[in-house]
Parts: sequence; C-alpha cells; structure tokens
Amino acid sequence: MARINLEHIRHAYGAKPKSEADYALKEVHHEWNDGGAYALLGPSGCGKTTLLNIISGLINPSEGRILFDGTDVTHLTTQHRNIAQVFQFPVIYDTMTVYDNLAFPLRNRHVPETEVDRRVKEIIEMTGLGGWANKTARGLTADQKQKISLGRGLVRSDVSAILFDEPLTVIDPEMKWVLRSQIKRLHKQFGFTMVYVTHDQTEALTFADKVVVMYDGQIVQIGTPAELFERPRHTFVGYFIGSPGMNVLPAEIAGNRAAVGGESIALTFQPKVAAGAKTELGIRPEFISLGRDGMPVAITKVEDIGRHKIVRARFADRPISIIVDEDGEIPAEPRVTFDPKAINIYADSWRVGEEA
Amino acid sequence: MEKTWNNKAWFMVLPVLVLVAFSAVIPLMTVVNYSVQDTFGNNEFFWAGTDWFLDVLESDRFWDALTRNLIFSAIILAIEIPLGIVIALNMPKKGIGVPICLVLMALPLLIPWNVVGTIWQVFGRVDIGLLGRTLATLGINYNYVQNPLDAWVTLIIMDVWHWTSLVVLLCYAGLVSIPDAYYQAAKIDGASRWSVFRYIQLPKMKRVLLIAFLLRFMDSFMIYTEPFVVTGGGPGNSTTFLSIDLVKMAIGQFDLGPAAALSIIYFLIILLLSWIFYTVMTTSDAQG
Repeated sequence: MARINLEHIRHAYGAKPKSEADYALKEVHHEWNDGGAYALLGPSGCGKTTLLNIISGLINPSEGRILFDGTDVTHLTTQHRNIAQVFQFPVIYDTMTVYDNLAFPLRNRHVPETEVDRRVKEIIEMTGLGGWANKTARGLTADQKQKISLGRGLVRSDVSAILFDEPLTVIDPEMKWVLRSQIKRLHKQFGFTMVYVTHDQTEALTFADKVVVMYDGQIVQIGTPAELFERPRHTFVGYFIGSPGMNVLPAEIAGNRAAVGGESIALTFQPKVAAGAKTELGIRPEFISLGRDGMPVAITKVEDIGRHKIVRARFADRPISIIVDEDGEIPAEPRVTFDPKAINIYADSWRVGEEA
Repeated sequence: MEKTWNNKAWFMVLPVLVLVAFSAVIPLMTVVNYSVQDTFGNNEFFWAGTDWFLDVLESDRFWDALTRNLIFSAIILAIEIPLGIVIALNMPKKGIGVPICLVLMALPLLIPWNVVGTIWQVFGRVDIGLLGRTLATLGINYNYVQNPLDAWVTLIIMDVWHWTSLVVLLCYAGLVSIPDAYYQAAKIDGASRWSVFRYIQLPKMKRVLLIAFLLRFMDSFMIYTEPFVVTGGGPGNSTTFLSIDLVKMAIGQFDLGPAAALSIIYFLIILLLSWIFYTVMTTSDAQG
C-alpha cells in the first residue's frame, strides 16, 4: 500500500527529444492516493501503457521523479519497488503447473512455503481454477491463462500497488463482469492502490473512484465519472466519454450569449475567453430536447437502440446527435432546446468557466 | 471395404512415387542387391545371403569405427548445443548489431565442406599453418598428422567452428519470438536470471532445440568430407569413421558386397538413433 507521486514525469522513447512532439508522455504531475482505485482511460497510443510502465519501473522516465510514500524510487528496479502488474495478453510459465505459476512470485521473494500454500489456494479458489491446480498451464484457454496472470498479480497481498494494463481484453464478456467484481472486492478487502488502464469507458466508469483521461501523451482530466460526464475539461473528454459523445459546435461568444450559426443561445454564466481563441460550445446529446419549440434542426437519421433513440440531425449546418426517450415522439417540424446548465464553453479545446 | 472409392487418389501421388523411386528407392535396392550377392566381375553374381552382414558385424574394424562415430557425435552435441544456446542468448535483439551478428553467424554455414576441410588442414599444419606454427612457437607439441589426440581435437574444433552457427541461428529464432511482456512479467514476479532462462527462454527454444539436436546428430554421425580432407582417417585408423571406412572398403578395396552390407547397417543405425531421439524428445515435450 502506498501513495504514489509522479513529479514532472516526461518520457521520450528516442534518445534525444527535441520538440514536444518527441515525447510519448508529456509532463505528468500527479498524486495517486493510497488505496485509491484509478482508471487510466484513453485511446490507443496516448501514453497510458508508458505511464504504467514508468510506475512499475519497466521504463525509466526521461525526466522527473517517482515517489512511493515520499521515498524516491525513480532509480529502483521493478523488483525493489514491490509492484504487481498484469499485462494485456496472458503471460504464463507454461512448463509449470497452475499452482506453481501462482506461487512463482512468492517463492522468488522467499515467502515461507506454508504462507505460499495458503495464498495460492485462496487465489485458485477465487479464480475457479481448482480442477487445474496440478496440471501444466499449457493446455488452458486464453481466459484461463489470463486468470493466472491476474492471480499472479493478486497473490502478493503486500504490494505497494497493482497495475492492470487492459487485463480483460482477451476475456469473454460474461467472465469480464465476474473478474471485474472480484478485483473490486479484493481491492476493498486489501486496500491496495490500483491503477487500471483501459480504453473501454464503461469499464473505467464502473470500476474506478477516479478516472484519469489521457490524450496525446498528457492527462487531460482527472475526475469522478459524474464530473467527466457533466463538465469535461477538454473537448476530447467530451467526445471520448459518452455514447454518442458530446456535440461540439463552433460558437461566437459575446457576453453571456453564444452564437452558433444563426442562432443565439443564452448561457448561465459569462465565459471569459481570451481574444482570438477558437471558441466552441459543447452539449451532450442527453441534454438536448427535441420538440416543437426552439431552434430548427433537420433530422437525417434515427437509430433505435432499445432503451432510447439516437437522432442524428443537422443543426446550424453541423451534425449533432440527440438522445430521445424510446416513446418520445419526433415532430414533423423538429426544433431543439439546449439545457442551459449543461452547456460547456471551450476555448482552444479547453473548458472555460467564469473564473478563467 | 467401404473405402474402395478412395483408391483413385493413389494416382495423385504417383508422380512423387516415381521421383522418390528414382532418387531413393532404386539406388537403395541396388545396394541391397549387392549386399546379398558375391561377384568376381563379368557381371556374374552368386547368392551370398547374410554372409556379408555377418562379416561386417563380426569385424573389429566395424565396431571400432562405430565407437569413434558415437564418441564424436556425443562430443559434438555436448559442445555445440550449450555453446549455441549461450551465443544465441547473448546476441543483440535489436539495432545494427542484429544483421551484423546474423551475417557473421551464417558465414561458416555457406562454406562448402571440402573447403572447410582444406582451410583447417592448412591452418593446422606445423610447417606453414598459422595455428600449427603459432602453437609450435609457443612450445606446444601439436601435430595432427602424427598424434591421434591432436587429430581429434582439430576435427572437433573444426566442426564446432563450422556448425555451432546453425544451433545459434535456430535458438535465436526461438528467442526473438518471445514477446517482451514475458520478460516484463518475469521482472514483476521477481524472477532471477536463471529462472528467466529456465522457465521462459528454454521452454520457448525447446522445439528448435529438438531440430538442432537431430540435425547436428545426423550430420556429425555421417561426417565424411572434413576428416577425409584433414586427416584421411589417420593417424593410423584413429579418425576412421564409418563413412570413411565405407569408402575405403567400396572404392579402395572394391569389396562391393561388404561395403553394401555396411551401408545398410550404417543407414539403419542412423534411422534407429534418430527415431529414438525424436520419440524420446517429443514425448517429454508433450508431458513437460
């Protein structure tokens, strides 16, 4: 269990980074609370795995320091950091039995054999691999193998943190729920710090107390799932979280009104926007209501996805999505209104408030 | 009987059968033909039955040569397999070093057998060879023409030089196929260098090692050209392997019957030993 501090971490894979673009990981300065459950969310190639490998010590950052509970561990090897990490694809020692696979990290650390036995049996029971304990791991299916990988991470109960790098990618959807809830239960039970990399937003939102959204090598927002949904700090977070993502429309800001195309929309606050910045208005499809009043739209397509319908339309010559209840009617001359409280204003892709 | 309709398929393999017949079966059958008959020339043959086989099996000459073959192969395998693994483990995995190492490794394999023999024959000569002269200058009494031990050492070093590369390349192919995640996981699990070798690298190399082992066994057991060029089987008979003895018998003495019998015995020994190795190793692979 440990509090993890990342101090001005930057990393470039090339030898001599010249410009900002050479960095796979731009400056990250952040504290992970002891016992917290964090999800690291972002598209492929955004630096999630790099950040994870820096924490576990598989990669030495080009710049910056890492502290565990205030102690500098930047130059400690992975072995000395006492970190568990589970990888995207199953890693098993296929000449060993399932039991020996799970015991391997403990035996390497000279844990007494009675203790090894107790913990391994616990993990075997948890993962439901009981019948396989004394068979070689070679003949197992991919998700059984991944359970062993997970088990090797979880078997050490004294770790500073457990890092998961998209561990459930290869697991069947049904089994995903089971394993996810088991991981969550273990987290509650042992209270280890947990960092969970994923590109699946549902997984991130259901799993973590705090979601860290990464984009293009930097952290763009850290927040609770609700914060990410209601107040995305960056238009990328708006797009990435939610299905469909936030509508982002170019807008002219004048006082407490925003002009989108020919329409003028009242805001609840007066955004402070620097002159010359590219300004945009963001509104989630959930907060647009379709009816007979408001601003005119042209509907192009209606997708019925069960609990609700997604209406694709053109508004001020821009495509927008609107979510309508399943039994909500779609009028012949459709008009829309935006919930003023749910409107976010962005300047150069970053959210601006009154105070900015 | 319900499979009768399937018989047409045999026509499909006919071309291959004809090819194999000409390249393997017919030459082999002529050898069988010689091995059971006696001739005094003029194309007159007399039935000899198993006489030649018994002659060969009862001769010391055969057993001595066979023993030399077995010892030679055992030494070759004991050196080349571990050495090949060690070199493969230490080869670079990326960067400019990879093509350089691969080319260097492949070079000995590209040299024809008799050229390899000639290179070492000259290299080791006491009068003009770089190795022979250097050792003589250092006061080491080395002479592969007169001393059987020196002859053996020369042949073994030559074979190691020539063929370890093959083991290296096969092992290297096995090693580079291991995903990085395995090494990372091993670090996380706190595995020692030995554990990484024992539980990750060795299992991944197992299949290629089986191939390397079989190839090196068969090749070293059939070795002919290099000792023929370097030592000619001497000094005395100390490096006369079965292949060299066979050629002496067939071409030197023109004893076609015993030579044919020896050929068949030799062939059966290689077949049998290869089959045993293969079976033992694949069975342990399946269980392991």
